[in-house]
Amino acid sequence: MPAAKNSYGGIPEPTPGGFDGQLLAFAEDLRDEGMAVGTSELLDAFAALQYVPWGASTDFKETLAATLAKSPEDRRVFDLVFDRFFFRAAEAQAARLEVGEGRGEFGADQEVDLDELRRQIAAALRDGNDATIRDLARLAIAAFGRGEGSGVLGVDVQRIRRALGLRTEPQPDLPETDPRRDGLPREQLRKFEQQLRRELERDLIERTATLPPKRPLTELDRALPTGPAQDLAQVHRVVAQLKRRLATQGQELRGRKRHAHVDVRRTMRASLQTGGVPVELKFRPQRPRRPEIFVLCDVSTSVTSASTFFLSVLHALHDAFRKLRSFVFIERISEVTEVFERERDFRKASEAVSKDAGVADISGYTDYGRVWTEFLALIEDELHPRATVIVLGDARTNGRPPRDDVFAAITARAGRTFWLNPEPRLYWNYGDSVIASYEKHCTAFECWRTDQLEEFVKALTRPITA
Amino acid sequence: MSEQPASVEQVTDGLRQVGYLPSESAALVSFLATKLGKPVLVEGPAGVGKTELAKALAKLLDRTLVRLQCYEGLDEAKALYEWNYRKQLLRIQAEAGDAGWEDVQEDIFGEEFLLARPLMTAIASPDPVVLLIDEIDKTDQEFEAMLLELLSDFQISIPELGRIEARTHPVVLLTSNNTRELTEALKRRCLYLWLDYPDLEHELEIVRLHSPELHETVARKLVELIHEVRELDLKKPPSIAESIDWARALLLLGADDIDAETFRQTMSVIVKHRTDLDTVAARVGVKLERSDPSAV
Repeated sequence: MPAAKNSYGGIPEPTPGGFDGQLLAFAEDLRDEGMAVGTSELLDAFAALQYVPWGASTDFKETLAATLAKSPEDRRVFDLVFDRFFFRAAEAQAARLEVGEGRGEFGADQEVDLDELRRQIAAALRDGNDATIRDLARLAIAAFGRGEGSGVLGVDVQRIRRALGLRTEPQPDLPETDPRRDGLPREQLRKFEQQLRRELERDLIERTATLPPKRPLTELDRALPTGPAQDLAQVHRVVAQLKRRLATQGQELRGRKRHAHVDVRRTMRASLQTGGVPVELKFRPQRPRRPEIFVLCDVSTSVTSASTFFLSVLHALHDAFRKLRSFVFIERISEVTEVFERERDFRKASEAVSKDAGVADISGYTDYGRVWTEFLALIEDELHPRATVIVLGDARTNGRPPRDDVFAAITARAGRTFWLNPEPRLYWNYGDSVIASYEKHCTAFECWRTDQLEEFVKALTRPITA
Repeated sequence: MSEQPASVEQVTDGLRQVGYLPSESAALVSFLATKLGKPVLVEGPAGVGKTELAKALAKLLDRTLVRLQCYEGLDEAKALYEWNYRKQLLRIQAEAGDAGWEDVQEDIFGEEFLLARPLMTAIASPDPVVLLIDEIDKTDQEFEAMLLELLSDFQISIPELGRIEARTHPVVLLTSNNTRELTEALKRRCLYLWLDYPDLEHELEIVRLHSPELHETVARKLVELIHEVRELDLKKPPSIAESIDWARALLLLGADDIDAETFRQTMSVIVKHRTDLDTVAARVGVKLERSDPSAV
């Protein structure tokens, strides 16, 4: 590649300090993505690497993971960053030394049997053979990807996948023997696409001798499942985990705790051990507060998944509340408490809500003013200072009057009012968002990642010592 | 088995010999734990072999396993040490009158009157042990804080006696079901191992190891079914322990295939909730029935 020498500026200078330097740079990358990697963890990593052969890439990676990533979430970030970092480091070094990966093997003149290739790839995907997948990905690029690349990696990946006819759903019109007939495992297909992407990227770096800018992990990689595009299995996992964590977290605050009342009966019993002298005081356990909750969720298209998700989490926790009533609204308001009591499955619940809630009138745009008025009329007598009102919505009025005076009346009657906004704080009060005028009357939370949601639910269920 | 394994492969092989099939990362982290002398925090869903790993490690290293089962409200007295009140009282009464205050005080706070609990036992043992602190997430944060001294310096401070330092270096495993976020301080001191449900081949191997008489094809079908059941949204998805139990149950029944009938009869081995039973019967059982005619 003759042009490469001129565009050498595209490759960054090697990190000083050799391997140690690389590892520190890697840790820096992890920190940039929000992982707490302390010096002690790094020292552990160095110590551990003394005992592990570096040649084996899984051993190397697992060693770093065991010392640096200390929770399942961290581990997910770690995997992403690890792949990105070492791929880039290796490619940069290769470009510096101008090592090419001889491309002659599958030249254009050499005819590749496309049908055979399709079959082989599908078979490898079905059997989950990682090493073969990588080789076949390169073969596929050689066969389909040359010359006509669009320049956008994602587009090319999808084009090649389509050309290979790889799908997750069964394709009954294919012959019996074809491995694609029953559909391919989604996980494997994703892996294959990743390999394709990586090989294409490698090609691109080789061709242009520039390292493309580092793509930071988008916040989306960690965001709450919002779009229908996101895997439902992911939603299930998150809900299951949240349920478990939140169901138990009240416990730790219950136990024997400061400021509790002395339990005379149990103290006397315990004193029998010490000859009637009350050496050990026993306290009455503190009961957590079980609030009454009214939840109002915007289910207009912009936030619908976030709200149903939130509602199903709350209902999974209904034991923690004395009373839980949920409403959904767009232009009008409607109670859906029963739907969630009946339907434990997140998917079914969200279908039911969208089908028979009847909250859209004509336009399908949220009308906060009308919703407040209706809610107040509906529930006025039941609101009292021990009730908690939670609103989930993006506070985008679509130009309609916000009627924050009615909202103020609601908050005045209720004990606590929380507002959950599924938009990042950056977008608040831009365009038709009027969260500021509501925020005066309630506590507003950003809530678009699972950890934020968890923090909020924790705050909600925390026992309040009066 | 030798005292210290020299490589990851040795750990893998050793664990296999004592009947535990470790995943790659499990073997690696166990190896690092013996080398670095750092505690390991093992997290993962219930029943993936967290506790078993500790037992297998103890067998492999030929050490005693000291186990501390955590629960809500566990305190120092039950985890570390306790003064033996009754014995102290007896001592005082036996000497009443003739001994001076100083003597008695010196006397009753000696090691003789100390009841060693699991953590203390592990520390004070003359031979190195494997210490398993099971379900650490069940305890409260105060207890975690108390563990810090033990985990980083392997010592315990007793106000009346002074510091007791470990005579030998124990291998420490902490397990957690991840029901609560553990404190950063604790995590910082540990190596981290996340155990998840194994993939199909790995689990098949485990099942075959525990019930080798079961026919290969039946075992495969069993594991595939288990994986399918795990995909459902259940209150308690079946764990490895349950697959093994199921394999044993099938052996006892002499079943040579898992058809819809057998599945319905033995389903309760793997699914343990009333509502889950319905879900599984509706999703998986029906599918088996449908595929039956074509299989025959």
